[in-house]
Amino acid sequence: MASSKARTSSFSRNLSSASTPQIPGLKHGPNGTMFLSSGIEDLDKILGGGFTLGSLVMVMEDPEAPHHMLLLRNFMSQGLIHTQPLLYASPAKDPKGFLGTLPNPLTSKDDKSHVRETEQEKALRIAWQYKKYFGEQNLNSQRDGKAEYCNDFDLRKPLERHILIGQSIDCVSFQECSNVATLYDRCSTFLAPNHRLSTGEKGLEKLDGNRSDGGITCGGRIAIQSLCTPQCDFSNKDWEMLSFIRSLKSILRSSNAVAILTFPPSLLSPYFLKRWQHLADTLISVKTIPDEDKELSKLLTGYQDMIGLQNVHKVARINTQVPAILDATIYSMKLYKRRSLILECLNQAPVDGSSGTSYASSGS
Amino acid sequence: MSSLAPNLLDEALGFDVATSTITDRWDGCRRVILIEDSVETSGAFVLHHFIKRTLSPLSSDVVIFLSFSHSFSHYDRVLRKMGCNLVQQTENKRFLFFDLLKFQCKEGNVESVTMALYGKVHKALEICCVPDTKTKVLLVIDDISLMEVATNGSSNQVLDFLHYCHSLTSQFGCSLVILDHEDIYTSTDLPTLLLRMECLADTVIKAEPLGTGLAADVHGQLTILNKGVSDVVGKKRSKSSNFHFKIKENNVEYFYPGSRT
Repeated sequence: MASSKARTSSFSRNLSSASTPQIPGLKHGPNGTMFLSSGIEDLDKILGGGFTLGSLVMVMEDPEAPHHMLLLRNFMSQGLIHTQPLLYASPAKDPKGFLGTLPNPLTSKDDKSHVRETEQEKALRIAWQYKKYFGEQNLNSQRDGKAEYCNDFDLRKPLERHILIGQSIDCVSFQECSNVATLYDRCSTFLAPNHRLSTGEKGLEKLDGNRSDGGITCGGRIAIQSLCTPQCDFSNKDWEMLSFIRSLKSILRSSNAVAILTFPPSLLSPYFLKRWQHLADTLISVKTIPDEDKELSKLLTGYQDMIGLQNVHKVARINTQVPAILDATIYSMKLYKRRSLILECLNQAPVDGSSGTSYASSGS
Repeated sequence: MSSLAPNLLDEALGFDVATSTITDRWDGCRRVILIEDSVETSGAFVLHHFIKRTLSPLSSDVVIFLSFSHSFSHYDRVLRKMGCNLVQQTENKRFLFFDLLKFQCKEGNVESVTMALYGKVHKALEICCVPDTKTKVLLVIDDISLMEVATNGSSNQVLDFLHYCHSLTSQFGCSLVILDHEDIYTSTDLPTLLLRMECLADTVIKAEPLGTGLAADVHGQLTILNKGVSDVVGKKRSKSSNFHFKIKENNVEYFYPGSRT
């Protein structure tokens, strides 16, 4: 509170934020917030620019498919490319091994061909998809300028070794942690006050753009995978885990980091699940879709290419009271050319057409 | 000030429409107001509305704010856009902010820690409520479900705390505004905390999403239940009202369902 003395008038212009040079990997958002890329261009766009610095992103896993890992891997890879510090916590014995599976960015040549081809593809799409067609075109025109902010990743190629070297990466296995407090300590040392991720002063200075001392040099990333799995000793201590999430959220708020936390919702009782959801700033769920669901495949176009559905339940609202109203909350997850993850609005066939006869009869 | 013009929410809460000062209506009210929301629709904007009303330049009322969920800068940013400078109000001693983001009880000391917090609130109220002045105090808790988390799930301690705060309303004539998430308790058979709070509350405000989902023009609906309103013949009864809202940066629009084209 003391730090805010300089600003007493509601109408003082915030000059410093306008003149702050662009920091690679970060982007200015509305209401004095900063964005950091999720590593998936479509997701950034859906969320209005990316993950807000200082926010907690929670992903509800599908118990049957590891789609949440796609989000985690892109998120982590993107951070490493921007040389942002990373903390990865997982129930596996050797979380470091997971770093070997992180995707590599597509080379610029591949990148361009991807754009061109999708544009060609789109030209073939039929009339009721027009709205979407225009939306994506805008995106493509923007992408040249912001290519550095969010890379395209090739999920088949592992991240090149040299990117991993010399980075500040911290890995934690839940199995080493006897209780959640240990995990919390690791997170708080990662975000510690003398660390470059902290703004020093509580929130205000960071958010008001007074970055002369301390200053944002880069954003940090925390990735916590499957927090409440039975592998960890603390999985049955519901209140302790809630306290952990709440404490993590409060230290995040005064830092320049984003934490992404995935969890299997089926392992929580509905009572605690709601509490977890309330704690999330941004809440996303991923679901797999059955391979041969004839009903669905009739209803949705491009069903064959889909690997799952992603549902955006909540978008972080920091420094504002206005809720984010998305055009759609459910998106289909597709693997483009089996290597890069894209999210698309669902294209639902017209209801009348789903009976299957009207089209055929009119065509013949 | 156009934003102080009465709207449906104020009407439903019984703020006097004719007089622009709210002190008269608050007088003797000593109300407990419970705001319930859900994951889909946040009810935080109602809190902001109360803060803004109480800190209006026409009154000398004080807000004591217990924040478990956001930092000061968040509220400062939000309220600034509504035309209310919390930094200035803090300096004028009209806005007292308790940053409880890191408030956490350990096993065994829950009672002493919550009592210590109550002690602080009590002290703050003693300072604010100078007798013989018209100063009214609004005590805001954002939000009580996080206090439950901070006390490791001992809802009894939270309830005790609430009861103590409730006693303050009669002792100092202050009002109490509590935010809680209703949907947490829908799965439990006996949601003691929620039921007790609803019992304590004179007014319950529910923020719910529309049944058809969120729309760009309508962000949700508010249901306001006023208990113990005297009607024309002097009988006590409950009065409820329901309307839609759309949240903007500087104010919130309230309107009856279907009155928008």
